[in-house]
Amino acid sequence: MAQKTLLTQRDCEVTLSRLCHQLNEVHVPWNRTVLVGIQPRGSQLLKALVAQLEAEFGTGPIEHGLLDITFHRDDFRRRDEPLTASPTEMDVLIEGKRVVLVDDVLYTGRSVRAALDALGDFGRPQRVELCVLIDRRFSRELPIQPDYSGRRVDALNHERVRLNWHGDQLESVLLESPEHAPEH
Amino acid sequence: MPRNTKLHSRHLLGLQHVPAEDLHLILHWAGHFKEVINRPIKRVPSLRDITIANLFFENSTRTRLSFELAEKRLSADVVNFAASNSSVKKGETLTDTVNNILAMKVDVVVIRHADAGVPQFLADRVPAHIVNAGDGTHEHPTQALLDAFTMQERLGSLEGKNVVIVGDILHSRVALSNIFGLQKLGAKVAVSGPSTLIPRAIHELGVEVIPNVDDALEWADVANVLRVQHERMDRAFFPSVREYHARYGITMDRLKRLSSVPLIMHPGPINRGVELTSEVADSPYAAILNQVENGVAVRMAVLYLLAAQSSTHDVV
Repeated sequence: MAQKTLLTQRDCEVTLSRLCHQLNEVHVPWNRTVLVGIQPRGSQLLKALVAQLEAEFGTGPIEHGLLDITFHRDDFRRRDEPLTASPTEMDVLIEGKRVVLVDDVLYTGRSVRAALDALGDFGRPQRVELCVLIDRRFSRELPIQPDYSGRRVDALNHERVRLNWHGDQLESVLLESPEHAPEH
Repeated sequence: MPRNTKLHSRHLLGLQHVPAEDLHLILHWAGHFKEVINRPIKRVPSLRDITIANLFFENSTRTRLSFELAEKRLSADVVNFAASNSSVKKGETLTDTVNNILAMKVDVVVIRHADAGVPQFLADRVPAHIVNAGDGTHEHPTQALLDAFTMQERLGSLEGKNVVIVGDILHSRVALSNIFGLQKLGAKVAVSGPSTLIPRAIHELGVEVIPNVDDALEWADVANVLRVQHERMDRAFFPSVREYHARYGITMDRLKRLSSVPLIMHPGPINRGVELTSEVADSPYAAILNQVENGVAVRMAVLYLLAAQSSTHDVV
């Protein structure tokens, strides 16, 4: 397994801080915005963003929720491994609000499509935006682009982006590739 | 979190041969679907390319409604069939009826029939997934699963819990599925009721008989009270309904004498004033309406997990 560091701990701090500034610039005073993390991997980034916004930007409590998209995915019965679901915790009203979907990595865009669909179960937001830490920009299968992105990377399909969390702290972001690339 | 992610069988015919890990898997997913059916919009698109036929050769209200709701909330296409207004009346055989329906490209068949073993018979002959919605006095697996789910919701893990099934065990498919399922989930199961309505060989299943219902309620963490099935009784099993109620009916007076009141469950429909008084059925001790709600979630889990087994490449 070959590894490449995309973001060091210092980079992570700078990037998260920049995402917070950008979100805050658009959404202040935060009374009409809901942050929604896509389960399972968007939840930790969501927590980190909410914590930093509330602590350093004086936003007051930010409404947020966690959305599981399992039942809206388009690869059910089309993959070998069965799907597993995570809890949905949407104790917020999104009707008429500005929703920011939060996920760690934007890859094919299919998770985001499923999330848009799943979000519809909870109401009709006034607008939906997308915030991701890593944007794998050349891998899109659907016309979906982020509004806020931490870092754009060019990665091959067999490579994996991995976020290393230590508790609530993002320590590094790695790009992992198997020793033997699959032949195409 | 269950270790396995797939069911071992293509069908759900009964709980007798379902491994415990599959039961845990179904109950785990039922939790997710319970969250889904409490959303403002209760429908998810998972089964939108699946067609399900509900074949009810025997009357049913809540089970049929519950299956139909579960199917619709998963966005499956649903066709309904009731024996009373079908070609069965014209003398068509069971395999012919089902093969005709399958020729219309159905992926899952939910079947209720008055004869035990019909779901197994179909599973051996037709390529669809078969779900048993009650076969004679044999099994009613989804009812037992929703009972187990409701018990878990109220009591936590069933490991070491005492469950007594009260009443007409002899004619009950719910009792048999409950016994198989609950024992696999680690509960101890006993039965109580008139000796004429308790099968003689019940102890072979590892089930204790507690003849006195007050002793049974004292022992139990859960009392699953069954309906007296007058329609299946071909002779007099007890002298009168009044006497049955006096000796085995669950009343508030009975519950008040206990050191702790067990959770009261009933698969419905209730004969009010026979096996349960209205006072008990409508009390906070009863989980009867929770059972009905959980029934939809559990059936969604069963259908979802069965459908997940066949990929679009090998759909019949």
